[in-house]
Amino acid sequence: MSALPNPAAGPTAGRATGPARRALRGVLPPLLLLAAWQAASTGGLADPRLLPPLERVAAAAWTQLTAGNLRDSLLRDLGGFALGASAGLGLGLLLGLSPLAGRLLRPSFDALKGIAVFAWIPLIAIWFGFGEASKLAFIALAAFTPVVLNVDEGVRGVPAPLREVAAALAWTPWQRLTRLVLPAALPSILTGLQLGLIHAWLATVGAEYFLAKGSGLGGVLIEGRDRFDMAQVLLGVLLLGGVGYALNRLADLAARRLTRWRTA
Amino acid sequence: MSGAAYAGAAARPAAPGRRAGGAGRIAARLRAGIATLLLPLLVPAALLLLWSVASDRGWLPAQILPAPGLVRDTLLDLWRSSDLTRDAGISLGRVAQGFALGGALGLLLGAAMGLSRTAEDYLKPLLTALAQVPTIGWVPLLMLPLGIGETLKVAIIAKAALVPVVLNTLAGIRAVPPALFEVAAVFRYTRAQLLGRVLLPAAVPPLFAGLRLGLTNAWKALVAVELLASSEGLGYQLVWGRQMMQMDVVIAAMVVIAAFGLLLDAGLGRVERRLQRWRVAA
Repeated sequence: MSALPNPAAGPTAGRATGPARRALRGVLPPLLLLAAWQAASTGGLADPRLLPPLERVAAAAWTQLTAGNLRDSLLRDLGGFALGASAGLGLGLLLGLSPLAGRLLRPSFDALKGIAVFAWIPLIAIWFGFGEASKLAFIALAAFTPVVLNVDEGVRGVPAPLREVAAALAWTPWQRLTRLVLPAALPSILTGLQLGLIHAWLATVGAEYFLAKGSGLGGVLIEGRDRFDMAQVLLGVLLLGGVGYALNRLADLAARRLTRWRTA
Repeated sequence: MSGAAYAGAAARPAAPGRRAGGAGRIAARLRAGIATLLLPLLVPAALLLLWSVASDRGWLPAQILPAPGLVRDTLLDLWRSSDLTRDAGISLGRVAQGFALGGALGLLLGAAMGLSRTAEDYLKPLLTALAQVPTIGWVPLLMLPLGIGETLKVAIIAKAALVPVVLNTLAGIRAVPPALFEVAAVFRYTRAQLLGRVLLPAAVPPLFAGLRLGLTNAWKALVAVELLASSEGLGYQLVWGRQMMQMDVVIAAMVVIAAFGLLLDAGLGRVERRLQRWRVAA
């Protein structure tokens, strides 16, 4: 099991070609793109405003990284995620554990979830102002939904025989929660948290882009666009992708470590 | 987004069922039926009541919380003046274009990677890297070469739809049980027969799940691009309402956006369930 590089990618049985060869194949297209880019910009084939030389992107990276925009975005992202994920965990547990609460609230939740997340932005801007509070609220909202959905589903999916055992042992509700429900629903809860983390990052960019201008990677993108500085925009996009990927990998690693006891 | 999004798609609550037996069966059924109908309405009704009381008593300024009646009137006004239908039509047209483009490209790429491991080796890392950048992140990048017209919007929506379609198509083709291939080999199916009689029927349900997720993403991306740069469409109503500080317009537009989002999802969900049943029956 542990040899699988990515369980989400399905069966990866590369029999004919070795892993080194396969990795090489994967690296080839991006390298070719970079080479074509460099050739086009040094050869003067492309408009340097649209395709800036690579060294200008690197130079932009240095100035931006030292300016602390990346740190601001990350802190905002994690703050909003913490808020939204804890609220989502609470509501998800409530929906999953109490049939009455589930029947009362689930339809309303499903209806609200139909609102595309960016449609909340004008409302949040008016309610929370244009400062940090509205950004945090938006990020929290984006993280909230997938956490609620997956926690609810995980808790309701606890196998009935296990519930019967808990009933037979006359466990208190607290024992049931900590010894049965939470461990059994853990994979689902972790999926929800991971999705929440991805959504929170998306929302961080969105919040920085749509709500008031300020520090952060969204600010870098807007500034680059306004000055028609493609190097800065490209750098912003690279950082967005890089951070998103890193967050996702970290969540993946944490999830696998936390659920190792299940497969061991 | 990554393959993890696929797991989220499965998160659909099951309809509550209740077993009853004995003499009071019909009465119990009736009571259960009423409960399932009414219970979900209780919370929205309470919130609506709280909302109208709050705006009646002026607990919050009308710019922050308009009266529910005003929102309803605004919605009706927008409907009558056909502003709403025009904007919705424009928005749906954009989604249709972007989704058609992204969905077709996604099916093509996903199928190519699913059928050939070599293609997967070459393309998947690049695609994964591109998928890491949130949809909004592409806007400023594409804005410089494409401008802020229709092309930008369609391109962003297509990108949003593309990623889940590719990932689910790939996963769907890979999940075809090897036993089916062995049977096909025994029958000496040609490549075309293999594709038409084995692969497609087996992979259609996950493939469709990808399309559904792609459409949901496309709708979300539409709202985002219309917020950014547009002079028409449902997202523009939101922007306009916010600039005029007219919360009734904002909330009315949100209601319409939610309604379309739910309708699109429910429609595709229905088709998906039918496909699932068809596969079980086959």
